Amino acid sequence: MTPVQTIVAKELRSFFVSPVVYVIAAIFLAMVGLLAYWALANASNQALRLMQIQNTYAQLNLNDMLFRPLFRSMNLILMIILPLLTMRLFAEERKLRTFELLLTSPIGVNEIVSGKFMSVLLVYAGLLSLTGLIPITLSAYATFDWRPIYLGYLALLLQGSLMLAIGLFASALTENQIIAAFLSFGFILGLWMLGALGTVVGDTAIGQVLSYLSFTEHYERLIRGLLNLKDILYYLSGMAFMWFAAHQAVDAYRWK
Amino acid sequence: MIDVQHVTKRYGSMTALDDISFSINEGEIVAFLGPNGAGKTTTMRILTGFMPPTLGTVRIAGFDCLETPWEVKKHIGYLPETPPLYLELTVNEYLLFVGRIKRIHPEQLPERMDTIIAQTGLADVRGRVIGHLSRGYRQRVGLAQALLHNPPVLILDEPTTGLDPNQIIEIRDLIKNLAGSHTIILSTHMLAEATAICQRVIIIHQGRIVAVDTPEQLGAKLRESETLSMTVKQSDPQLLEALHHIPGVIRVSQGATPQTYVLETQMGRDIREELTKLVVARNVGLLELKTQPLTLEDVFKVLTQTDKPGGPSISTPGVNHQL
Repeated sequence: MTPVQTIVAKELRSFFVSPVVYVIAAIFLAMVGLLAYWALANASNQALRLMQIQNTYAQLNLNDMLFRPLFRSMNLILMIILPLLTMRLFAEERKLRTFELLLTSPIGVNEIVSGKFMSVLLVYAGLLSLTGLIPITLSAYATFDWRPIYLGYLALLLQGSLMLAIGLFASALTENQIIAAFLSFGFILGLWMLGALGTVVGDTAIGQVLSYLSFTEHYERLIRGLLNLKDILYYLSGMAFMWFAAHQAVDAYRWK
Repeated sequence: MIDVQHVTKRYGSMTALDDISFSINEGEIVAFLGPNGAGKTTTMRILTGFMPPTLGTVRIAGFDCLETPWEVKKHIGYLPETPPLYLELTVNEYLLFVGRIKRIHPEQLPERMDTIIAQTGLADVRGRVIGHLSRGYRQRVGLAQALLHNPPVLILDEPTTGLDPNQIIEIRDLIKNLAGSHTIILSTHMLAEATAICQRVIIIHQGRIVAVDTPEQLGAKLRESETLSMTVKQSDPQLLEALHHIPGVIRVSQGATPQTYVLETQMGRDIREELTKLVVARNVGLLELKTQPLTLEDVFKVLTQTDKPGGPSISTPGVNHQL
């Protein structure tokens, strides 16, 4: 086992013995399921109405009517739920003084940060894959285009990873888990608002920079089914930046 | 084995350690003795490479803590003040994790774990979750963690705090058994503990080294300035005057009752024999004669007083104590 694998294994063990993960998973899956159901009910109502008016069999476009709104809502749910997943990563180590064990062992800060990030990423990926049951179940009753769905899941994965990386950094700043959760929630919310601000400022240089920095437009393009290298790079560079910031925060802890 | 040269640590404007130098030979057990806030934990954190010093150099087994932290980390086992335990893991899982991050060879790890678990008396609880263990067991798990990779240098920060008397004795015996094969530094604020286990005591106060000596010599030096308390059966107005005339007595004062006397004696004089002779001769009925036990505060009072020019020379701070 490499040091990173050791950290990942330990983190996963800690995640699954604590009730927090199960509560988060239950809330997340229940909300996503409910939202999917509402979107579907709404879509079939509209289809029914169309049929009555035009007296024809209307082709229901599930991509537009179900999945895209669902992916948008899932983004919002993630903003609230993922900080709860990352809050304990470093804050708990600081509180319980186990940080001293890690930092006096022959293991690098980069390995600790990477291991923690990967563990929480695995938990999230597992959670996300469970929602895959929605399109799989629906495919038995309706036909829809799979490509935007694949890209939607890619968007969710990238979006979630960025939020997790932000949470990782926030957790390294404090020994209080609640503060860590609020900090990462605040950072994510701030990043989201940058996009809104960018729209307000309009099509100027500043507006474009603000819109680029926010995840909104990148996420929107991906869930519309447009694969653009620029958007992928945005997420990857954002994650790398937050990883580096977390690394610095962990390192700085020793100098205090 | 451990060589600390002119180490200073500042937190902002506060100086936690002020120009500390000492060295420790292989196989020695040394105690850091000092009240809370003296700089013991800071010193230990610097030794482990957890924290860099503001100034000065630290070498462990020939490796510099700043230049080759990796080597230093392999050579030390560290038990912080609060044992670094993951409360949700079992003892077994925890030690497995520690073994892996300490880079013990995977084939040797199970055997190492069995040895350490037996040595620290954890066999009965190895399958139990750490969060459910008592304070004493947790401390032992902490110690097991520090010993697991068989490091030549052990740094133990207050290993016996919060334990009951039986547990304290067990842990002390365990530490004594490790002597010889390991170089051990432990910190404590109990004078008795330092003298019970260690070959050498480094007394640290307000970020400075006040004295470095063997417990025996330290004890002898400290005994020179002890105070005696004496209780007699009948009060005798002339006794007070007579006590003053015993050579070596600096001051005599009345204790809590008229029958009690407190005598402060000169450095290097044990007046107990003369005192008893006098009291017996006056026939006042000696009921009790005791030397007042030294507290850590007294030790510091004595040691900081002797630091003044003209006083008897106990090691002075700032000098490289190499014993």
